[in-house]
Amino acid sequence: MDFPEELKYTEEHEWVQVEGDLVIVGITDFAQDALGDVVFVELPEVGAEVTAGKAFGVVESVKAVSDIYAPVSGTIEEINEELPDAPEVINTSPYGDGWMIKIRLSDPGELDGLMDAAAYQAHIAEEH
Amino acid sequence: MTDGLKQTPLNAAHKALGARMVPFGGWEMPVQYAGVIEEHLAVRERAGLFDVSHMGEIEVRGANALALVQMLTTNDAAKLADGQIQYSALCYPDGGVVDDVTLYRSSATHFLFCVNASNTDKDFAWMQQVHAGSGLQGVTLVNRSAEYGQLALQGPKSAAILARLTTTPLESIRYYHFGRGEVAGVPALISRTGYTGEDGFELYVPAAEAGELWTRLLDAGAGDGLQPIGLGARDTLRLEKGYALYGHELSPQISPLEAGLGWIVKFEKGDFIGRDALLAQKAAGVPRRLVGLVMEERGIPREGYPVFAGERQVGTVTSGTMSPSLKTGIALALVESPRAVLDSELLIGIRDRKLRARIVKPPFVKK
Repeated sequence: MDFPEELKYTEEHEWVQVEGDLVIVGITDFAQDALGDVVFVELPEVGAEVTAGKAFGVVESVKAVSDIYAPVSGTIEEINEELPDAPEVINTSPYGDGWMIKIRLSDPGELDGLMDAAAYQAHIAEEH
Repeated sequence: MTDGLKQTPLNAAHKALGARMVPFGGWEMPVQYAGVIEEHLAVRERAGLFDVSHMGEIEVRGANALALVQMLTTNDAAKLADGQIQYSALCYPDGGVVDDVTLYRSSATHFLFCVNASNTDKDFAWMQQVHAGSGLQGVTLVNRSAEYGQLALQGPKSAAILARLTTTPLESIRYYHFGRGEVAGVPALISRTGYTGEDGFELYVPAAEAGELWTRLLDAGAGDGLQPIGLGARDTLRLEKGYALYGHELSPQISPLEAGLGWIVKFEKGDFIGRDALLAQKAAGVPRRLVGLVMEERGIPREGYPVFAGERQVGTVTSGTMSPSLKTGIALALVESPRAVLDSELLIGIRDRKLRARIVKPPFVKK
């Protein structure tokens, strides 16, 4: 399984890529594997406010429904418009074409609470 | 997660194949190997092999075997010939369902029930209770579940694959019939049945030899694209065909008439347990009916989601999924009978939205 060093991670298995005061968010390779075939994604509207630790959307596999949690607080700047028509790219490219949303940070200090790749892998090992 | 769970004879084989194991009805079972969608399509297009050793097998023997079977079941077992199989139901006196079963007739004095895994102990206790209360002499009930392993080979290539491992003439075993013969040297009851809507076989073999048969079948079918299939695809395959699953479309609170299984309730056969209640329900009209729903908007219906007509809730989803064949959401739902109108539109409550769905007559996926 792949956990890029340049990303930050949450305990709920989202990844975060920081680009200035914007962050890109998706779910990790571990999360997509655990879900199985992703067949549906529900994302918020551009301009919506999200709060760190609160659900911002839903991802569904054939068998299960899972919430996706905002790693940081802020405003939705952009969503991946391709996902509703091709949710399977979350399985094939969780860190690339499977990205979900871009958030404009309201509190950059929240980034300090996220894990690096090594800490996230330790978290997975401990949880499972 | 595996604490206290029963394991089939193939448990180690599943893990060696990289299956994801989950608890199901008290058993540790494979939910998927390569992935639910890939496995589903493999069965529709080629062939798949399922471990269904968790299913229960209960034998009824003796001069009064048929009389006891007729008392226990809703369908008419007197219509069965030797080597024939019947889908049937066991009901409580109030018409609620104990279990749905397949019934195998070996002879007039020898029947075998195949029952749902999680209901095996309950069914056996119920059959013993009914037997005791019946006063019928000359009939014995034996729970043979632990003695059998069961593999299901399903899909259009099933017969070609199975023919490589047996001299039994498979063309002589018609749908819902069975024969006996050796498969890969293993003595088997070869049943032309399944839960996928495809041609296929269910093979009942001695538990100790199930592992050998599993391996030989996978090898024999490798060139045809035969794959091991988990419970995930088993559920999507049966749902696309509109087949009921106990605990969802059938339960002690749901009668076979409500579940659309009137075709296995034969009032004219004479008395059976639940007959009076079901006859009264039929005369009064069933309060709810099971319908098929196809989503007209993007969304996946799930068990327990409410079904609305306008603002008013008129039913509940009993099973729902994304159909891998149709690539759209499908569901079975129990709705108030006046709302069970073919081609009409209902709304399914999915989180905070109500999405449009159309009532169709299952199967959702035709041949």
